[in-house]
Amino acid sequence: MSKNLVGNHIRKLRFNHDEMTQQQLADKAGVTRQTIVALEKGNYSPSLELAFRIALVFKLSLEEVFFYGDTVNLNDQVNDN
Amino acid sequence: MTYQEKKSIVSLFSAIFIFISFCLYMYPQLPEGASNTPETLRYWGFFVISLTVVSIIAHIVISIVFNILFNITTKEKVPTFEDELDKLIDLKANRISFIVFILGFIIAMGTLVLNQGLQLMFIILIISGFTSDVIGSISKLYYYRRGV
Repeated sequence: MSKNLVGNHIRKLRFNHDEMTQQQLADKAGVTRQTIVALEKGNYSPSLELAFRIALVFKLSLEEVFFYGDTVNLNDQVNDN
Repeated sequence: MTYQEKKSIVSLFSAIFIFISFCLYMYPQLPEGASNTPETLRYWGFFVISLTVVSIIAHIVISIVFNILFNITTKEKVPTFEDELDKLIDLKANRISFIVFILGFIIAMGTLVLNQGLQLMFIILIISGFTSDVIGSISKLYYYRRGV
């Protein structure tokens, strides 16, 4: 199984939004609870469309909900180039 | 455990149960004597067609019963649609299932090339169909639990 490089803050954000349940988030994002479980465990990288839908539920930008791998190291690599 | 994971487990065990029950029901009806007689061929043809029909009906019934029991026991909402993760897992599991069946099909054709008789060919074909179904369910469960 390839390592999933897309991380997220969904679990933390749910609790900050009146302890929203996985099912409530799933209903608002138009997916099943299984997908939210997989996302929180880091077992699945969502499509761009789903990522935007989840960010919209929390009224945040995409970068505030999702991050790519070790973002600090990635930024260093970009700066080196 | 989520609905999809439980459903994969139910699907796996129901496939095994249906296949074993059907084989136990059909085995006493196997014609005795030579394996290439028209009667034996008719038997295997009937076996394949009726196993397909029985499997489809049994899977539908078990799925309905499972949904009702899931709803009663967990009070959780049963998903009425497939989202992108379900579709992706379905595709991956179906691909594995298809590869297993094709391998079985090739082996079954190989028995004909080696003059092993039609009966063995049918048995391998039926077993490969069953194995592909089981491996498909196991793959789904694996992908739901470990991710894609």
